[in-house]
Amino acid sequence: MSAILDNPPAPSAQESPGLWALAWRRLRHDRVGMVSLVIVAFFLLLMIASYAGLIASDWNKEAGVSYANPSFMAGAQNLEAQAIESRKGAAKAPPVDLSDVDPLAPRYKEWAERAAKIAVHETKRAQTLPFGGDKWGRDVLKKTIKGSEVSIFVGLASALLATLIGTVLGAMAGYWGGKVNDFLEWFYNIFTSIPYILLILAFAAVATSTGKFGKGIVPIVLVLSLTGWTGIYRLIRAEYIKHSNREYVKAAQAIGASNASRMFHHILPNVSHVALVQLSQYTVGFIKAEVILSFLGFGVPVDMVSWGTMLAEAQNELVIGKWWQLVAAGASMAVLVTAFSLLTDSLRDALDPKLK
Amino acid sequence: MTATNLLLQVQDLDIRFRIDRKSEPFRAVKGISFDIAEHSTVALVGESGSGKSVSAMSILGLLPENAIVAPQSRILYGGRDLLRAPQPQLQAIRGKELSVIFQEPMTSLNPVFTVGEQIAEVLRLHMGMSVRQAQARVVELLNEVGIPDPRLRVHSYPHEMSGGQQQRVMIAMAIACEPKLLIADEPTTALDVTIQKQILDLIAALQSRHHMSVLFITHDLGVVGDIANRVVVMQDGEIREQGSVDAIFQDPKDPYTKALLACRPRLDRRPRRLPVIDDFLRGDGHVRLEERHRGTSPADEIILEVRNLDKTFFLKEGLFGKRAVPAVKDVSFRLPKGKTLGLVGESGSGKTTVGLTVMRLHEATGGEVLFEGTNLLALSEKQMMAYRRRIQIIFQNPYASLNPRFTVGQILLEPMRIHGIGRDDRERVDMVMHLLRRVGLTEASFHKYPHEFSGGQRQRIAIARCLTMKPDVLICDESVSALDVSVQAQVLNLLQDLQDEYGLSYIFISHDLAVVKYISDRVMVMNEGTVVEMADSDEIYRQPQKEYTRRLLASIPKGLERAKELE
Repeated sequence: MSAILDNPPAPSAQESPGLWALAWRRLRHDRVGMVSLVIVAFFLLLMIASYAGLIASDWNKEAGVSYANPSFMAGAQNLEAQAIESRKGAAKAPPVDLSDVDPLAPRYKEWAERAAKIAVHETKRAQTLPFGGDKWGRDVLKKTIKGSEVSIFVGLASALLATLIGTVLGAMAGYWGGKVNDFLEWFYNIFTSIPYILLILAFAAVATSTGKFGKGIVPIVLVLSLTGWTGIYRLIRAEYIKHSNREYVKAAQAIGASNASRMFHHILPNVSHVALVQLSQYTVGFIKAEVILSFLGFGVPVDMVSWGTMLAEAQNELVIGKWWQLVAAGASMAVLVTAFSLLTDSLRDALDPKLK
Repeated sequence: MTATNLLLQVQDLDIRFRIDRKSEPFRAVKGISFDIAEHSTVALVGESGSGKSVSAMSILGLLPENAIVAPQSRILYGGRDLLRAPQPQLQAIRGKELSVIFQEPMTSLNPVFTVGEQIAEVLRLHMGMSVRQAQARVVELLNEVGIPDPRLRVHSYPHEMSGGQQQRVMIAMAIACEPKLLIADEPTTALDVTIQKQILDLIAALQSRHHMSVLFITHDLGVVGDIANRVVVMQDGEIREQGSVDAIFQDPKDPYTKALLACRPRLDRRPRRLPVIDDFLRGDGHVRLEERHRGTSPADEIILEVRNLDKTFFLKEGLFGKRAVPAVKDVSFRLPKGKTLGLVGESGSGKTTVGLTVMRLHEATGGEVLFEGTNLLALSEKQMMAYRRRIQIIFQNPYASLNPRFTVGQILLEPMRIHGIGRDDRERVDMVMHLLRRVGLTEASFHKYPHEFSGGQRQRIAIARCLTMKPDVLICDESVSALDVSVQAQVLNLLQDLQDEYGLSYIFISHDLAVVKYISDRVMVMNEGTVVEMADSDEIYRQPQKEYTRRLLASIPKGLERAKELE
């Protein structure tokens, strides 16, 4: 029976790379992909650092004069700050001498001496800030960093949730077919027949006004993910329809694997690249959606800052020529979104090289 | 033969493929030379990866972008070197003087145009015909390639035709401009035996009628014997042997050619084990001539009995309508323990459906499947679990039947875990290692993924997966059809050894009559969902009772029968 072994044995005994290892290897050779990965990682680090309070924790401090100039254009005129200064100056004009009729006049001197003993430091407001200041003199750079926390968190969390909903529903519809599929398709069609922005606004109005879903950014995450699962649902459903007829799934059925095992243990790893690519596309979309929502006033509460609220503020500032808040928030968003999209493209190429 | 003019000369063809920036380019064709004479058929034979298709595509200038052709290579045609001809010149020749038929007619035809429009396009481009002229010529062509009612079928879309008819349309398109050379790249591999025979006859007839030359690319020497004048045998990018068809078949010099001729099962012989390539390359060339006796007797113990099996598929039609499509009608058979039942038939005959329904991968519409007396179709899903283990299936496509995201170890451990075979994972791993060695793989395979294996090795993994459950019945659904002939012989030998060792019973489903004849004790011929004929395998091949069986047997390529007995 030794003749059976005549098939030449595979030469290498080394650990063989799995799909993810191969994908990583391909991604490492992709220059654009690596650069965007570094940029995205940088933003994520910023976000985590700011969440942990390591940087930009004092973003709310009014560090500069109102609309302080960015330090690279220190010489520019700042009419708003001057106006406020002059108003203050006017308030401090020497009072009329009333010492003759004022019964408290003899004690003023004593009070003045006492007051002098208490150190009063009027904070010296900076004339310029690294990237300028907003109306209250807060540092725009720090605001941008703090804002990334909300924007990226909302983007990632709602993308994760939407992907989860879409994947589970899509897997069910695609795998079971029949009645389950009919019902989910019907549900999906109703969802998509309503104009997207209207749906978001309706959800947002309910979520924020009733306050049932908590406060802060939780309602936004819910709104975005509950309206956003539809695209990935369709993709995953199509993949499951394709895969559930594949021979390896039939083979799994033949060895007695349960339905749940076939759905999630066997098929899911084979469609995970679709989910992953969608996830990163959703993240980009939801970062933008949060900005739009905040811009429209359905976004984060006033005591928080996000790129969306910054853009909303910038709307009024532009009229008086204060462009830095707009540029800071807009540029960060543009860079992150571009890097994320390019990373998504590279990821797709790396995970599914046949598509190239 | 000395007076014949050469139509095309391939000289020192050397092609490399750039894989990526780091690694050395892969050398697919290693300096080959061969000639094609006028009015002759040259067969280029080799297994997958031998470089035969690449060589043919280089004649047409259809190499992929990452191909590097060595400077000394030449393909001379009509005084020109095709490898260096400018694109416009090539385009004028391609489709007109040199034309090609591909393996998959389904994907080679554009689904959104009628076949008439697609053939007419070639005529208008190369012959400068008007729409009306082209129309008339298209009908003529369809008539010539044997499509019934050509006047009506001109307006058909590709999906309205069968695979064989689509291949005929492809041929009509290829001969539309009276080419001097027709390159046929595995034109019959995707077709049933009966259709294959018709297409081969058609190509041979057209070749002599139009005085063209044909370059016929195939992996199956058996196909070549009937139609070729010259045979070129390739392996790993090199030519092992070339010569006239008689020389190759009756006096092969190269051990590889000998092996190719010997490893294909033949209708007239049944050795205990099929010779494999390595036997010949090792030099001993020693073929075991002992014949194996096949057949059944009424006294055999029956392990599986199928009674009046029915399976009907329901297709949705409109909003509420359903259309019944019967796939299997009233099929009954008995499988004796330790024997092999062959199931043959053309595609669409319902043979695969029988296999899947017996295992309850499809729910049957009616009938009984008795496994040692228990009706499997009446069992609940839970009760069925105990029997799932005992009937296993090996699918056709080894590339699709293994989950690409699992390592071989995971693939083999999973069924054991599901059925609680082995006490713990350590014991299971030991069993897996034993099985890997048993099917001829190394233990290092345990941590590898399926994509790192060749087709034959993957089929071994699939066999090992079934063996983990120690089944009694193994259904082989076209399990060797997608493999190269030499690998096919190895896998058939393995299946045979396993049957001898474990007393497995096989249901062997295949459209390849020679393979079924070799491996089966009893053969069941199916057509359109019903059993045409069932008898012991020697008997059915010697004395077929039904007309359909006779027709099926007549269409087996007889090329190999020309080969001398190799001793």
